[in-house]
Amino acid sequence: MADENHKQVSVAEFFEKNRHLLGFNNPSKALLTSVKEAVDNSLDACEDANILPEIEVKIQELKRGKYRMIVEDNGPGLNRKVLEKAFGSLLFGSKFRSIGGKQGRGQQGIGISAVILYGQLTTGKPAKITSRTSKEKEAREYTMHIDVKTNEPDVIASDVKNWKKEHGTRVEVEMEGKYVSTRQSPYEFIKQTAVVNPHAQLTYTDPEGKKHKFPRVVDKLPRKAKEVKPHPSGVEFGLFKRMSKDTSARSTKSFLTNDFDKVGSGTANNILETAKVEGQILPKLLSDDQLYEIHEAIKTTKIMNPSTDCLSPIGAEALAKSLESEYDLEFTKAISRNPTVYRGFPFQVEVAIGYGGELDQEGSAKLNRFSNKVPLLYEEGSCALTKGVKSITWKSYGLHNSSGSMPTGPAVIVIHIASTWVPFTSESKAAVSNYPAISKEIKLAIQEAGRSLQIYVRKKRKTGLEEEKRKKFKGYASEVAGAVAKLIANDSYKIKKDDLEKSVAKIEKSLLKTAETMYLSGKELDEVEEKDE
Amino acid sequence: MSKNKIRAEIVDKLKKLGEQLEKEIQKNKDPEFKMPIRTLSNAYFDDKDKLIRLGDKVQTRNFFNVGQSRKFMQTALIAAQIKELLEQDKPSISTRQLYYILKRTIEGLKENTFEEQTESDPIIEDLEVSIDALREDLGLEPTPDGVFSGPIKYTDLKTGDEIDCSKMGTAGAAIPANTEPGVVEFGKCTAKYVLVVEKFAVWSILNQLKYWKTNNCIVITGKGQAGRSTRRLVARLNKELKLPVYIFADFDPYGYYIYSVYKQGSINLAFFSEKAGCPEAKYIGLKYDDVKQFKIPKSNFIRLTDQDMKRLKEIKNYEWFKKKEWQDEIKKAMDFGYKIESDALVSKTIEFMADTYLPKVIKDKDWLD
Repeated sequence: MADENHKQVSVAEFFEKNRHLLGFNNPSKALLTSVKEAVDNSLDACEDANILPEIEVKIQELKRGKYRMIVEDNGPGLNRKVLEKAFGSLLFGSKFRSIGGKQGRGQQGIGISAVILYGQLTTGKPAKITSRTSKEKEAREYTMHIDVKTNEPDVIASDVKNWKKEHGTRVEVEMEGKYVSTRQSPYEFIKQTAVVNPHAQLTYTDPEGKKHKFPRVVDKLPRKAKEVKPHPSGVEFGLFKRMSKDTSARSTKSFLTNDFDKVGSGTANNILETAKVEGQILPKLLSDDQLYEIHEAIKTTKIMNPSTDCLSPIGAEALAKSLESEYDLEFTKAISRNPTVYRGFPFQVEVAIGYGGELDQEGSAKLNRFSNKVPLLYEEGSCALTKGVKSITWKSYGLHNSSGSMPTGPAVIVIHIASTWVPFTSESKAAVSNYPAISKEIKLAIQEAGRSLQIYVRKKRKTGLEEEKRKKFKGYASEVAGAVAKLIANDSYKIKKDDLEKSVAKIEKSLLKTAETMYLSGKELDEVEEKDE
Repeated sequence: MSKNKIRAEIVDKLKKLGEQLEKEIQKNKDPEFKMPIRTLSNAYFDDKDKLIRLGDKVQTRNFFNVGQSRKFMQTALIAAQIKELLEQDKPSISTRQLYYILKRTIEGLKENTFEEQTESDPIIEDLEVSIDALREDLGLEPTPDGVFSGPIKYTDLKTGDEIDCSKMGTAGAAIPANTEPGVVEFGKCTAKYVLVVEKFAVWSILNQLKYWKTNNCIVITGKGQAGRSTRRLVARLNKELKLPVYIFADFDPYGYYIYSVYKQGSINLAFFSEKAGCPEAKYIGLKYDDVKQFKIPKSNFIRLTDQDMKRLKEIKNYEWFKKKEWQDEIKKAMDFGYKIESDALVSKTIEFMADTYLPKVIKDKDWLD
């Protein structure tokens, strides 16, 4: 699908001009984007081949602001032809698929080839890709770069490699970068990726050589997203027009029924009737006015919601398990909402809340945002997922926030939106747009999980109070014992310290014993205030 | 009863209280203090003796009760401390000093045994009632607040000094914190009555004009709502020296109530009434009829506030204000809609009160009972 227009522009020039849009605007972001592209690629490859992913990421610091990134997976591997295309030509692959389709990580980025190009532009060095497709085949390492004039892969060397893996792919790219250890670090990205991909086993070795393991939590691949046709209500006019020219359908009616989701004969008739267009017309011959009328008619015609089996949610149970394995938590609750639709696109919201444990008692709760199982690390403030969290009155759900701000308290909140078309606010694809239908789902999901959290927090607070009560009785008991010992003594001011202490200890012991039997018998020390008038 | 004997008796009572608690504790029961309730619900007006008395409703204060355990602990601490002080025959201390002696951080908790003196004061009163002993006998002194002057001498038995209350200058004689017989022993007295005035400013004028000399009486003020030792002094002058007691207060609900506390005691300290009450005291003013009789100028009137009206209604309902003359007086005051401070009489002349008003109402027996 590498299209004609792009070939005419120098790829390098195109890339340079659009770096900011593509996630390579500065060295630290570039490094992160590279990791992200490579990991997404590996996860997609494994899942497509029904393989439980095992991915190893390494970042090594080289001299003068240069880094080496190595990402290795146990995917199906690629033969030379496919590999050359996938890694060696920009804008290749399923990244720029048309509307509809299925949920995939791919939508989220520019593709692994851009990483290779970036490395090549900033270091002048080729990338090394190793791949093996089966035990019977040998592993090969291709040293390659991209011919920036032709946008064609250029394999400099192809060597047989001795590789332990039976199948898989390994990418090694050197590039200019900057390593940060903030919220937007490769480490954070991988940790978060592990949370939403509980079926994946991730290993990360940071520039200091420290190895972080994120083990697999569930041994089952997520439900595979099915490819579906675009739902008519999600198709913009421009695309609609293009589809009418490209279709193989012989009539306008069959164009509607064949090329779109949920349009049967009846629905097609309704649309055509409203648009006042004959169903027999060859789609290519439809005038712009007619196309416009049909497109308008789609908006007013009742059409079934899109199929939702094109979505691949994480699932509440897996999400909860995964969150628990990444954080040391006291409480976890995950909610997977049913799929629903915005503007004709199916989507599904999943929320998990983790509470207590290692999390910071004070300060803001952590928010981890995901779209199609990929962490969103930038532009938190403008994201609908963030706005959803802020719109909640957290006091009702066990945390606190002043209106319109992030809650504070020991909590981590995970929000995942899965969709065939996640609406991003911009090309950098880091923040989700604020569609009412999406916002509503986010809010409902948070509230549902929040209710469980509140029950937990309330119970915990009560237990804390019980503990506090016991402590109080203990403190009071020692004072009372001291006083009673003095009351029963003759000339209490003369009594020897030892004798007094013995007497106090005896009384205190009895009081505490009584207290203990009362707790045990559940005859809970009633709370009756003295009457005052 | 001698001072020592009283002391020994109280120490014994406190010890018995402690033994009772210890017994309950060792039997693994919930230890409790029993004490008469000191609220309006348990106060009644004894028509025969004309005093406010405590009824026999008793409340318990338990240790194993979340709402009471802190107070229980505080009660035990105060009882033990009082006992220890009495055993050593130490000088009396103020309630504030007792609070300071006992205030400390409880081990293992972020709280003190007492946070405020307002926590310890009511417990002292609880103890007074439950072991039937006056605070003064417990070695605790209320803060003295009153002054008096007049032709009377007394001996302070604690120091052995003899005080002549006719020779105390413009300051007058301070009323000791403890006016019990063990401390204040009356000497020669030629006064014919006791005049109690609500306000210190009024007392000061009368003292400077030597009203007590001209009229052969004792003039006392408790500076507003009188403290315990002032009330006890007035009661003793009345009971032991048979002096009639006249009370001069503001023409407002608070003036009425101050009078009633001298006369019948207060609800809060109802157990103290028998000793501090003075049922024969008369209210000589200011009263509604004085307004006309003495032509008090309108410029001295102050409008009654809602709060004042509310208080008047409450007072009207008290058992000890049910006499017809009082019901009439209160009704007139409410209809009138104004109050007048006793100080206002100086607007006529500075001497008007001493030379005209007081001698006349007392001579005419123009009072409310």
